[in-house]
Amino acid sequence: MIEIEHLTKRYGNTTVVDDVSLSIAKGTITVVVGTSGSGKSTLLRMINRLVEPSSGRVLIDGRDTMSIPEDALRHRIGYAIQGHGLFPHRTVAENIATVPRLLGWDQARIDSRVDELLRLFQLAPDEFARKYPQQLSGGQQQRVGVARALAAEPELLLMDEPFGALDPIIRGKAQEDLLAIQRRFGTTVILVTHDMEEAFHLGDKVAVMDRARLLQYGTPAEILVHPAEAYVERLVGTADRPFRLLSLSTVADALEPGPASGQPVDKGTSLRDALARMMWAGRTEMPVVDGAGAALGKVSVAGILAHGRQPA
Amino acid sequence: MRALAILLRLAALVLLVTFIAAPNLFAPVFQPLTTYDAPAIYNQGSLFSLTLSHLATVFSAALASTVVAVLLGIFVTRPSGLEFLPLSRSLVNIGQTFPPVAVLAVAVPLVGFGEAPTLIALFLYGLLPIFENTLSGLTNVSPLTLEAAKGMGMSARQRLLGVELPLALPIILAGIRLSVVINLGTATIGSTVAAKGLGEVIIAGLQSNNTAFILQGGLIVALLAILIHDALMSVERIVARRLGQQPAGAAA
Ligand SMILES: Nc1ncnc2c1ncn2[C@@H]1O[C@H](COP(=O)(O)OP(=O)(O)OP(=O)(O)O)[C@@H](O)[C@H]1O
Ligand SMILES: [Mg+2]
Repeated sequence: MIEIEHLTKRYGNTTVVDDVSLSIAKGTITVVVGTSGSGKSTLLRMINRLVEPSSGRVLIDGRDTMSIPEDALRHRIGYAIQGHGLFPHRTVAENIATVPRLLGWDQARIDSRVDELLRLFQLAPDEFARKYPQQLSGGQQQRVGVARALAAEPELLLMDEPFGALDPIIRGKAQEDLLAIQRRFGTTVILVTHDMEEAFHLGDKVAVMDRARLLQYGTPAEILVHPAEAYVERLVGTADRPFRLLSLSTVADALEPGPASGQPVDKGTSLRDALARMMWAGRTEMPVVDGAGAALGKVSVAGILAHGRQPA
Repeated sequence: MRALAILLRLAALVLLVTFIAAPNLFAPVFQPLTTYDAPAIYNQGSLFSLTLSHLATVFSAALASTVVAVLLGIFVTRPSGLEFLPLSRSLVNIGQTFPPVAVLAVAVPLVGFGEAPTLIALFLYGLLPIFENTLSGLTNVSPLTLEAAKGMGMSARQRLLGVELPLALPIILAGIRLSVVINLGTATIGSTVAAKGLGEVIIAGLQSNNTAFILQGGLIVALLAILIHDALMSVERIVARRLGQQPAGAAA
């Protein structure tokens, strides 16, 4: 549980984060979005105390972060930034081992952790462990950056536009990796992004910031359906809204009984993807199967569209 | 191309070692440069021991310059020392612009004749390249890298020793090489204040109007400079490779 209470940062007379309060449940992903300069990075950096708050406080599991020595605090909080900030003079394995080494883990434990993380991020240890960052592609560097942030099994992971510089395909891949790893370790994640698509896809909760203030904090569906201010409504994109809503629900949510013909769709597929496939195939219905391939029923265009309709 | 370079270097090394160990072998070469039956080969001391003294002077001065310049460079790039940056820059610059001969003239009355004034002159003269390179090495470390280091909970000391200095090392080493090579030549003036060194050979030549002596002194200094320059370059390349950098021909 992370509690951010009345957090404020002023530089001289300008307030760059203004009285922000948020409560973040353990094991969830919170995505912070907002205009450039709205104070997202500053908010994030106050959590690991790279920036000292002017007022307000941050509690992690009830403990005020100011009561923990700052280096010790940062050992417990993973931090991944855009452009990764890998150490160019250290190999991939050495980069990932940074915090475990600071914590004095024994070599065997470090080695097995590095190995585990490389495999999780689909970087074959034999091939990548001894490479230097500049011998990797941008996507690979970014994965190493995230692996490094996760190395010491942090309970909290802060990510500042971690996938900002990646092409769409690699970015999608990196997002899936993050979701899988987050589920596996139960890490609490706070992620800053400019990409609304990414925010709705990854976030259990989305926090919208504008000009130093937190405008709205809620689930993606709440933000889409009940934007708190005109700015939020503009940000979520009026035209894209039904499609975004569809991407938040899965086929299982629109399941209907009965048979249908054609290629079956998995029950975990998002309604948006299912609709796209039906449009492409020129069908109005598709059979639904579960992970094992057993038939569950069908899904129809009308059923899907109902999920994209403005709630009463 | 590479093989040729190695061969040339090897030839220079062999030439140098043979010349300082058995200079008389080369008497026929230098004979035509002498007049009135003057000796063709320097005969007022062993070239071998003069070379060793010369090197000892240069390297002790370089060691002192390195320690002072690197420590100063580190200090003025820390938040607590930042305000001393302009001052230390001017001081080090004066050390370089003040002619070593003048330093000798000032130092002799204070510390007497011999090695000491030479060491002082070379120390001051060698500070600038090392200091400037330490500064640019430390300030060129990517802010992103430092931010990441800080964000992972590395202390200021761990960042300096584990990130900043290793990343600056190739540039600092280039500064040391520059300083050493410059001072190999500059050290010859030490002989004017009775420091043991290869300057003696040149000065003896000037005094007795013996071109052969002058050339011998110059030749040994030049060979030393070339060989040491190359050796230090190789060290830099090895270090750069161990730090994951592509061997850079650009560092200077
Ligand atoms: N050290 C500082 N001194 C003064 N002003 C600062 C400092 N750091 C940030 N700011 C200002 O605070 C504001 C918020 O900056 P911040 O980096 O948090 O924005 P952001 O939302 O992350 O923007 P972006 O999306 O462009 O990354 C900006 O106007 C910035 O100029
Ligand atoms: Mg930012």
